[in-house]
Amino acid sequence: MSFLELKNITKRYGPLTAVGDVSLSVEKGEFVSLLGPSGCGKTTTLQMIAGFVEPSAGTIRLDGRDITRAKANSRGLGIVFQSYALFPHMTVFDNVSFGLEMQRVPKGERKPRVEEALSLVHLSPYAKRYPRELSGGQRQRVALARALVIRPPVLLLDEPLSNLDAKLREAMQFELREIQRKVGTTTVMVTHDQAEAFSISDRVVVMEAGRITQIDQPYRIYEHPETEFISRFVGKTNLLPGKVVTATGAGATVSLAGIAVPVEAAGLSVGETVTLCIRPEKLHLTVPADGLLTGRVADRFFLGSQWLYHIDGPLGTLMVVTANDGSTPAEPGATVGLEWSPSVVRVHRGAMAEAPDVALEVTG
Amino acid sequence: MSATVPDTAPASPDEETHERRFPTAPLFLSAPAALLFAALVLIPLFLTALLSFNQFDYATGRTSGFTLEHYLSVLTDEYYLEIFLRTFRISALATAICVVIGVPEAYILSRMSNPWRSIFLLVILAPLLVSVVVRAFGWSMLLGPEGPVNAALMAFGIGRMRLLYTEGTVIVALVHVMLPFMVIPVWTSLQKLDPAVEQAALSFGASRGTAIVRVVAPQILPGILSGSLIVFGLSASAFAIPGLLGGRRLKMVATVVYDQYLSDLNWPMGAAVAALLLIANLIVMLTYHRLVEGHYRRRLG
Repeated sequence: MSFLELKNITKRYGPLTAVGDVSLSVEKGEFVSLLGPSGCGKTTTLQMIAGFVEPSAGTIRLDGRDITRAKANSRGLGIVFQSYALFPHMTVFDNVSFGLEMQRVPKGERKPRVEEALSLVHLSPYAKRYPRELSGGQRQRVALARALVIRPPVLLLDEPLSNLDAKLREAMQFELREIQRKVGTTTVMVTHDQAEAFSISDRVVVMEAGRITQIDQPYRIYEHPETEFISRFVGKTNLLPGKVVTATGAGATVSLAGIAVPVEAAGLSVGETVTLCIRPEKLHLTVPADGLLTGRVADRFFLGSQWLYHIDGPLGTLMVVTANDGSTPAEPGATVGLEWSPSVVRVHRGAMAEAPDVALEVTG
Repeated sequence: MSATVPDTAPASPDEETHERRFPTAPLFLSAPAALLFAALVLIPLFLTALLSFNQFDYATGRTSGFTLEHYLSVLTDEYYLEIFLRTFRISALATAICVVIGVPEAYILSRMSNPWRSIFLLVILAPLLVSVVVRAFGWSMLLGPEGPVNAALMAFGIGRMRLLYTEGTVIVALVHVMLPFMVIPVWTSLQKLDPAVEQAALSFGASRGTAIVRVVAPQILPGILSGSLIVFGLSASAFAIPGLLGGRRLKMVATVVYDQYLSDLNWPMGAAVAALLLIANLIVMLTYHRLVEGHYRRRLG
């Protein structure tokens, strides 16, 4: 029996279904992220766990207890809000102490516990400050300390890092994970940032249009996206429409605009329309004669540790990412070969959907 | 104004450069408001102050000599002291009642969803569209000896009560007129409140009441403060309501000023009373402001 269990949770607003039939089991001590574009229902799901939104159907169980209809102030969960929602008229110390006070923890016990929580987030010297005297990152830590000090069974994080600048966000990701490991609190985080979800979660739940489309470890979601939407939303990807020409047991050959490409996928039938999905970093630039394809470098972008190429070829424009290993990069206009191993090609059955407007700006 | 711009000045959006290029701009920009303020507030106030030092004699009228006797007689006469005390007591009570009614009203308003919120906001503001005099007459008809309230009291066998010309009636009418001035500033500060802050309080186990008292109320205190100052100031200088509902017996400062000017024709005395009301009002308001706002400045900024 899992620690936190959502069973067929549904939330309808009139005719609109914000969250449909979501089932999720979270083990004790696990760090789970709900990942999806805005409007996919991830925040509504979190608010139902928190008790701010009542589900239209389904049950939520915490440690075996049904809390579906329990009031928010009786659940005892620790929540870090996107806006941090610190109490602006209270000092950092009083902010953190508030939850203990509400739990009627005796005064003598409160002080050491608040101090412990503040030192966990490295804010001990700031106890007497007011929130407006702190930087964004410090406020974030106060919010975290305030949520953890009550020793909640479950910690809920609502886009906790989205208000921080890029550099601080990255640093806080690792710190968040480290703190979570140290205290061992079961954590559910909502985020639209896949890098954030991947780097710190044990498991990632991808949501799309109010439904869960895949629950898996971050690596598995990246390497084996179950739907075309996920392969687009999670990282960059090259999507290529094709038709199966031969199928033999565990393998098949797919024709892409007349070019036969071997893939590793079972259960395909000859003549079927499929969409191949190849991550840009799985494609390798070679001399033209060695490649499965040849193309022309249309453009290249320097990303620091990597080069991103746009290669024009018979299959349209493909994205290729190579590590910046210090060697001379291919020049724009040069003809290059592209090769890849059949095992990195993912096959989605059915035709390619229209290019989505979400996620294209999300970088890998 | 462009004549003051030197040709060599570098064109830069930088604020500092801007200030250097148009050193007189703030002066010019604030001039219309300053002139209006001077013409409509400062000059009449100054003239009133001058008038209050003039001598007065019932036989000869006003003469331009200088005297402090009006101030002395107001400050030493128990009749005037009582009126001043009554004015501030009534204003303080009206303000307190406005806080008690207006703050929850604004909170409930802010919690409503949209079609209703707009409708109720309009309902709260609508009385401002009706003249105070008309509303005062409304109360006087409602509470008069033959009015519906007394008719109801008779019907229940309680018997006729004298409701008009009492402090209670003046307070009720003042609250009625002043309530929007309390609701609006509180509503504005509630708008600025992050709704997640209250949710945060709930998530840490606070009851709804505790969340309001410990988390919401302290943050809307500036709104309550400005609402209270407006209501108190307007109540202390109110004229139409005490004039129409207080009658000849229950005088407040503003009605005394009116009597001095128009019944006794003692203009200097009226001016002295008016000046003292202004000073007393300022002292009360500034003290209140200091006490409450100073406490919260560092926290809420």
